[in-house]
Amino acid sequence: MVALYPGPIEVGGIRLRNHLLLAAGILGTTGASLARILANGAGGVVTKSIGPSPKEGHPGPCLVVVDGGIINAMGLPNPSAAFKDELAALQGEPVIVSIFAGTPEEFRTVAGWFAGTASGLELNLSCPHAEGYGAAIGSDPALVEECTRAVASLGVPTWVKLTPNVADIAEIGAAAERGGADAIVAVNTVKAMRISTALRRPVLGNRFGGLSGKAIFPVAVRCVYDLYEACSIPIVGCGGVSTADNVVEMMMAGASAVEIGSAIIDDIGIFAAIADELYSSDGIDAGEIVGCAHA
Amino acid sequence: MHEQMPAGVVITDIVEETPSIRTFVFDREIAARPGQFVMVWVPGVDEVPMALSSPSSITVQKVGDATAALFAMHEGDRIGVRGPYGNGFPVSGRTLAVGGGVGASPLLPLVTAGQVDTFLLGARTASELLFAERIRDAATLMVATDDGTAGHHGFVTELMARVDLADFNHICVCGPEIMMTAVLAVLDREGCAERGLFSLHRYMKCGVGLCGSCCTDPHGLRVCRDGPVFSGDVLLDSEFGHYARDASGSRHRI
Repeated sequence: MVALYPGPIEVGGIRLRNHLLLAAGILGTTGASLARILANGAGGVVTKSIGPSPKEGHPGPCLVVVDGGIINAMGLPNPSAAFKDELAALQGEPVIVSIFAGTPEEFRTVAGWFAGTASGLELNLSCPHAEGYGAAIGSDPALVEECTRAVASLGVPTWVKLTPNVADIAEIGAAAERGGADAIVAVNTVKAMRISTALRRPVLGNRFGGLSGKAIFPVAVRCVYDLYEACSIPIVGCGGVSTADNVVEMMMAGASAVEIGSAIIDDIGIFAAIADELYSSDGIDAGEIVGCAHA
Repeated sequence: MHEQMPAGVVITDIVEETPSIRTFVFDREIAARPGQFVMVWVPGVDEVPMALSSPSSITVQKVGDATAALFAMHEGDRIGVRGPYGNGFPVSGRTLAVGGGVGASPLLPLVTAGQVDTFLLGARTASELLFAERIRDAATLMVATDDGTAGHHGFVTELMARVDLADFNHICVCGPEIMMTAVLAVLDREGCAERGLFSLHRYMKCGVGLCGSCCTDPHGLRVCRDGPVFSGDVLLDSEFGHYARDASGSRHRI
């Protein structure tokens, strides 16, 4: 396997300690859990998505572990502006705040709460199970461009996280780039459902949710590959990454960094474990392999 | 990671333990360590964490939507159960248990396994004392009630003065957080906080250590996965006894 040279990097206007970020929605509700993941070796962390008003989320079950993955429908629970208090102890750390909203104006408002304190913002235009938010916006190229512009014009590094649940993800990525995104994050979860045969009803309280984990890694690789062809801004690969070789594969598809989430179910020390295998003092620069599968 | 779809179970018996607490027995045994919990799915309502009071039962107080819906169910009705989750009580040697109210529920499997030597049981009033007879059969039982209708008139923590803490390798505690905080204060004063094992309650969504809803300050420990049982020294200088987060992640004083 390819080994990479260790050390800080910069992706989409954000300085990171390494190529491995904590994905949004995983252990991102409290400042303490984010600090724990940074201490465990992550190069940066993305918070739980924060929106214009506090939300309790969907009724449970909110998550079910299935073969090869996890299906969740949390329903964007968040404390809204009060989340600023959680970040107080993380000043200067590589923390990216994930935000969601229903309109470009709302996006600008929420972004304003964190501009100046966060390293950057990640726009959640991709949550598959929150009506009026997330993928409801992220499936429309014009809205994606408008929401991206509303945030990027604040001058904060702006990443846009995309949904794979569209016919042409490259078209959406191009819209984010036109709106001024500094990077694209691909992908959010894949729309999914399981039914309890014993109870004869969908398991999740919201009926359907989003699939993450190893099962969607090939989907994510394909999306990153397509986006690399269509866009010139950096891409952050997300979806089922659980090994150092997965990181290298994502990079070969076109990712400049990766986000890791579901793999934490097996090991909360996954970041240090992957970094240990991925980096070597005689490794190569990641630039040598990013997008190399397109040659 | 193996598939963990909720198991559909049928309620076979509903026992009224006290005027406010019922045990729901179901038709499936779940192999678990004492102190572990399951996520209980009340179809169409919600899913909530519940300690196992035996391999095939949960013992519940009506506190919210899901437990209210559970109280409206009957023998023959189906619920979903996934788990067991969490760490449980890692006891060895002589054990003192301190339980308040429905907090006696996660401690009962320890009693059943013969791992409790002395049990300090507290409740608001005599009729709310949970599992008193079953505990008395297996351990030395000392009782306290807030209104003095049984045993010591006062808080269960006051019974701690009547035992020699040096006699016990572990002190297992579950009950209202204010009560547990008082127990921790006693252990800390006696210099043995690390021998306390406290079963915490926090709002949970996923149960498997991913979503972060139940993370505690200042170490970011997950109650569902790193807990629910934590040793007392870990809880000193933490959010324990001070505040907890709700479903949205907003903090509220305890």
